[in-house]
Amino acid sequence: MEEKLVCVLDYGSGNVGSVSNLLQHLGINTIISNKEKEIQKSTHLILPGVGSFGSAMEKIRKNLPMTLIEDDVVYKKKPFLGICIGMQVLANYGFEFGKHDGLGWIEGNVEKIDSGDNPLPHIGWNNVTSVQESKLMMGFEEINDFYFVNSYCFKVQNESNLIAETTYHKNFASVIGRDNILGVQFHPEKSQGAGQKIIKNFLEYK
Amino acid sequence: MKKNRVIPVLLLKNGWLVQSRGFSRHQNLGNPIDAVKRLSKWASDELVYLDISRDNIYDTRRDDQGYKNISSFLGIIENISKEVFMPMTIGGKIKNLNDIEDRLLLGADKVSINTEAYNNNKLIEDAAKEFGSQCIVVSMDVKKTELGNRVFTKFGKEDTGYGPLYWAKLMEDYGAGEILLNSIDRDGSGEGYDIELLDQISSECSCPIIAFGGVGEWEHFKEALDKTNVDSVAAANIFQYTDQSVYMAKKYLSNNGCNVRKPDLLKI
Repeated sequence: MEEKLVCVLDYGSGNVGSVSNLLQHLGINTIISNKEKEIQKSTHLILPGVGSFGSAMEKIRKNLPMTLIEDDVVYKKKPFLGICIGMQVLANYGFEFGKHDGLGWIEGNVEKIDSGDNPLPHIGWNNVTSVQESKLMMGFEEINDFYFVNSYCFKVQNESNLIAETTYHKNFASVIGRDNILGVQFHPEKSQGAGQKIIKNFLEYK
Repeated sequence: MKKNRVIPVLLLKNGWLVQSRGFSRHQNLGNPIDAVKRLSKWASDELVYLDISRDNIYDTRRDDQGYKNISSFLGIIENISKEVFMPMTIGGKIKNLNDIEDRLLLGADKVSINTEAYNNNKLIEDAAKEFGSQCIVVSMDVKKTELGNRVFTKFGKEDTGYGPLYWAKLMEDYGAGEILLNSIDRDGSGEGYDIELLDQISSECSCPIIAFGGVGEWEHFKEALDKTNVDSVAAANIFQYTDQSVYMAKKYLSNNGCNVRKPDLLKI
């Protein structure tokens, strides 16, 4: 079997280190890079992220070879995992501090969470409940807690892209996917055992 | 449903993990990195790590471990973030945006700011704008005086003249994402939280309040969660003295109907 190599895409987001620490802890070959060659030779790509939609998109466009990555992921189907903002930017548009273009790899928009009387940001451990079967959520029992920090959420246009939901006043998408393109709203790198399992499941994608 | 968090607080003084009592007496508890690994195995929901070193004198006995005061404090943080995969709040000696950025880059998810929030309110406002409210925790220490409850800074030495509710609301307005609310009178006492104080602040503020100071039994966590609106319960000493302490606390809380993440023991 081909050796796995994960590239954590480095576009100047603060938590690149936490994500690669976790991968290395799991004994996975990992590089942090924005270089075309390194991205091309990796078998899996992870786009981490903290911060706001607009500033993340700006940095992604400025610092990452997006034409190559899009070709790798969208056309050549290289497994891709977006984390938090890295998931949100998969949308067509984001509405945090104005309207911003996203990558548009999964149809939908990113809007503020309707949290009712609950405070925003939504910070802490919350359940993730699958609404359809997926390789990413394999082996999890019904109730799984993951660590979240978010005020905005992904509204999928096509229900078939919704993999799991989380309740905070109302339900929002916590895991989305379209074939090899996956996104999680929570932080696997901060979710202890549950987070490590998600990463291992992601590596099962080919 | 979002869970109430159970949060161990680690106090670090001149490179040592310490126990604190009344903000003045500090007893040495040993190696801080080992403590973090233990707390991680017991599935803590989060960690708060506070450097309470008063000055730049460092304990030379730490030379063998190669770390000293502030630079070493950051070294410890860097070490920890390679081994521990849970949210971490780092506090102590934060004076400006660069100090915050340094800590976030080392793997902290949030920073806790106390004295400097009083010296320079604008830091909280600027920090919330730059890094987002979600990573700015304001820690406030409250002490009873003849004039009622007052917020104290500089390790509990200086009376700000502000009442706790006024101060908490002000910090929230400036952009604090969470408030770590500590009682100096209860610190290290084991008598339980100042429930009245927690209730007053948590019913008026909309940001999450983390209760701190005074826990001596698991029941004290439950009391705060049952009787007030606090989002999280924190403690320092109690988590250092019992084997599998965090696991035991969460087991007690979940058996008694509290909304906490299920107790777990992790293989690290």
